[in-house]
Amino acid sequence: MSFLINNITRQIVRNHRQLLIQCSQFATDGKIIEEMTKKNKVVVFMKGNPEAPKCGFSNAVVQIFRMHGVDFEAHDVLADEELRQGIKDFSSWPTIPQVFINGEFVGGCDILLQMHKDGQLIDTLWKNAGIKSALAEDETEGSKDDEKSK
Amino acid sequence: MSQYTEEYLKNKLTEKLNCTHVEVIDQSDGCGGKFAAVIVSEQFAGKALLQRHRLVNSALQEELKTIHAFSQKTFTPEQWAAEQ
Repeated sequence: MSFLINNITRQIVRNHRQLLIQCSQFATDGKIIEEMTKKNKVVVFMKGNPEAPKCGFSNAVVQIFRMHGVDFEAHDVLADEELRQGIKDFSSWPTIPQVFINGEFVGGCDILLQMHKDGQLIDTLWKNAGIKSALAEDETEGSKDDEKSK
Repeated sequence: MSQYTEEYLKNKLTEKLNCTHVEVIDQSDGCGGKFAAVIVSEQFAGKALLQRHRLVNSALQEELKTIHAFSQKTFTPEQWAAEQ
């Protein structure tokens, strides 16, 4: 009996190790990280997930995109230590969260917050990714139809 | 956490980026893991936000390895004057 349990335990450990190795290869490979950044129009590398962010800065990014009604793909770097380092190396940016729009690195929380405040985020979403922000409706329609009327 | 202080970071930024004004606030209750900074430098002129932040990040390359959270606001001297 105990032999059987030992055997099973060994098998589980072996599988787990294999999984870990696969994960780390996955995350450290720059090409695969690049693919991750391009897989969706908006990709966020954050701590925790959008339903339960584990850091105030990551939470701020999630809330900003929610306000703009923008769907995004999120990756939890706390679930993968190699990804946490890999994404920092990839974008030469020392902190998490990191935001990519149309495969292009946009910045972290400070930058996204600033872009949200000064309206740049609406423009970037539209021009770079063809995404119309929920906060844009009045402005874009107004400015396109009658620019000078205001 | 980290051994860095407000004063240290202020001096480092001033020296590296020729800042005309720097404010650094330790938001970590003294453990040195979380800072917020206002950075005013002529070197930011003509640079987009991302480039400005990259400049700051590279000035603090070593420090940011141990500082857990660093929030920054960057201004040119003209922008800073307009803020006041």
